[in-house]
Amino acid sequence: MPRKFPACFRGLRLMLVSLLAVVTLPAVVSAPKGSSTTTAQAAPLPRIRLNAIPAFARKYGLPCSACHTAWPELNNFGWVFRDNGYQLMNDRDSPIWQNPSYFPISFRITPNWHRETADHQPIDSIPGGGPASETISGKVTQAGFDLSGMDLWSAGTLYKNISFQLLPSSDPTAVWHFESAWVRFDNLHNSSWLNLKFGRFELDNLISEKRFLFLSNNGGIYQIYHFNVQGSTNNFGYGDNQIGVELAGHSKNSYTRYSVAVLSSNEGGVNFTTDVLPGAPPASRSYDVNLAFDQAFNGGSLGLERLGAFAYIGQRPTYYETTGDGSVPLVGLGNKPFYRVGFAGDLFLGKLELLPLFMYGHDSAYLGADLPSTSALPPGTPSPAFAGGFIEAHYYVNPQLVFIGRFEKVNVLQQSAVNVGSVPGNYGDVTAYSIGYRWYPIMFSRAGLAFHNEYSISKSIGIVPESGDGTGLPPLFPTNGVWSSSLFIGFDFDF
Amino acid sequence: MTIKNLFVVFALGFAGLFVAGATSSFAQSHVNSPDPSLGTPNVATETSHIGNLTGHAEEGKHLYRRYCIGCHGPDGDGDGMNAQWIDPKPRDFTQATFKCRSTPTGTLPLDQDLYNAITRGFVNSNMPSWNPLTPQQRADLVAFIKTWSPRWAKEQPGTALQIPPETPVTIDSILHGRELFQKMECWKCHGPAGHGDGPSAATLTDSKDNPIRPYNFSTGTRFKCGETNQDVYRIFMTGVDGTPMPSFADVIKPADAWDLVHFLRTLQDMDTKEAELWKTYVAAHRADIKPIGPDAAGGQ
Repeated sequence: MPRKFPACFRGLRLMLVSLLAVVTLPAVVSAPKGSSTTTAQAAPLPRIRLNAIPAFARKYGLPCSACHTAWPELNNFGWVFRDNGYQLMNDRDSPIWQNPSYFPISFRITPNWHRETADHQPIDSIPGGGPASETISGKVTQAGFDLSGMDLWSAGTLYKNISFQLLPSSDPTAVWHFESAWVRFDNLHNSSWLNLKFGRFELDNLISEKRFLFLSNNGGIYQIYHFNVQGSTNNFGYGDNQIGVELAGHSKNSYTRYSVAVLSSNEGGVNFTTDVLPGAPPASRSYDVNLAFDQAFNGGSLGLERLGAFAYIGQRPTYYETTGDGSVPLVGLGNKPFYRVGFAGDLFLGKLELLPLFMYGHDSAYLGADLPSTSALPPGTPSPAFAGGFIEAHYYVNPQLVFIGRFEKVNVLQQSAVNVGSVPGNYGDVTAYSIGYRWYPIMFSRAGLAFHNEYSISKSIGIVPESGDGTGLPPLFPTNGVWSSSLFIGFDFDF
Repeated sequence: MTIKNLFVVFALGFAGLFVAGATSSFAQSHVNSPDPSLGTPNVATETSHIGNLTGHAEEGKHLYRRYCIGCHGPDGDGDGMNAQWIDPKPRDFTQATFKCRSTPTGTLPLDQDLYNAITRGFVNSNMPSWNPLTPQQRADLVAFIKTWSPRWAKEQPGTALQIPPETPVTIDSILHGRELFQKMECWKCHGPAGHGDGPSAATLTDSKDNPIRPYNFSTGTRFKCGETNQDVYRIFMTGVDGTPMPSFADVIKPADAWDLVHFLRTLQDMDTKEAELWKTYVAAHRADIKPIGPDAAGGQ
């Protein structure tokens, strides 16, 4: 069964397959005896991320470390600043106070060298194929210098208590999309508990994938934020930006926070489709809801301890209104529900920060059976379900050096109906490990530079790893565990 | 050795090089230690006491590096990398002169005063509220700030001002406060309407000869050192050290000071009891009100 990527990644994969045509660095393939070296179909998935905003540092004269534990991750001061609508609340937040030459814009890109490997990949026994060639299982390795995608971020205040964000983002080939674009009305009725955001934005998750400290192909996403049970037609990813309206609030010091968002059921897609890139299927006309709440506690000398919970309740179409005798889908119909619930923490033990998260996901049996809602479900049709989480650790030697590590595990609890009987029970399970560090040789109020070194490895059963493995292909057998690794060295900078 | 292995070796070596560099001369933004020959308090032992909290300078030093060094500088002298772009300039901790105190002018503030200043921030400046930091962190910062000046080792903080109960807000109180505003020549700096545009305003400098602007009462709802009537009372009874704003503790009596507070509230663009009383009075007695300024006697 081919691996189904979330819709937001499918377009990127297509673009990257095109990129392969111009990849010139040879790959070293370690295959079983009798095989030889071939050119790898390297298709690492680019990371889409938000980042730190030196434009704010320039505006307020604060060093990166004021708002970030280690940029781009926010500390509580940064949380408060963001929750206030990018305002320090010192009566100088409106742009009228700024020098007219100031423009709130930041750039971020990461020139890097990285090495990607994946085993159990289906490769030709004879490079280039031919009558005598057969498909065998081998290990694919690719390495070389590279670029990340680029963020061109503008954010700030339009007026006192009116904030905005606009983030055109590109992949390494400079194909652009709008990762984020919203306007927010802050402190309605002079209350920090009422803030209304409108547009495309990141869900209010306590542990942000857009501002985390991992960059490699394997480590650069939270697996569970994009996990769906194989075979389910659900394309939802909790880590993906969604489009809609959000009501949020917080206490003055953001110890207590909540948000309620109503979102189009289209995975943050634009133009009434389910993606930000052309060619995506049409969306349905329904809406999802995301709820989030977190509470911080004063841990004395340990630091601030924060716990949160979240729930996303959504729906996805099971068939389409069509034209062209069924060949052209127009509008998604027959919505069936799914949900994701979980809890997370941000815990400090002095210089050690721990970020645990647990999530449970459940889809309608219709989504797992790939059946239209107009048809009757066969008795006993299972509903796809999964559970898992991660624990991430950061050790801050000082504001300019942080060591990072993460362990992540996602298990399928119930396979989709379309796969039941044909795959093992652990089909799709993912285990991932990451370790690395970031060093910030400069730390001031104009720009940021980080030297980033990371090693990440993941094992996925029967499928190509979510994070991009250098081939984009599932293993020959659904019982195969694919180990995929990334070694990443780069200079992460923004200005 | 394959190309792959070469790259791995290259990568690891590269990494090791930078890790080594991270702890040596590559790093910037280190906080310098105060010169012990100046007699400054010891960073290892200096503490602060705010309620039940005890702050430790050693911990505060790390926090200072993270949050404060960009403006206040690695030597605590207000000459951080960003200071040249900031107006008003960051505080010079080596002088141990602080604007917001509950203690008499010229004396050291209480730990609580510094804690309150960090928590509150300074409106209309680049100093934000650090309320998002934990109380312990703020207490640690207070302890570290005290290691920059030998004054903290040689002097005790002043005795906190005792603020008497506020007198009733009446139109008579406001009118008397207005007379005091004229008589004490507050208008020379703050302007007749409190807009910070008095005839002396353009000439004012702080203790480091940086230009400084008098407070404009018509903008904002907060003062540098607080927002309550008690805060306003405290400001002009203790003065704002390091600025031309003197202490009036020896000049006016407590009851008069409350009258002045009530009048100052009418200068703000806020819906206060004082403003309401004043607007009502002005509507009925506009012709009787004499202007404030060089040619006026003040009052009604």
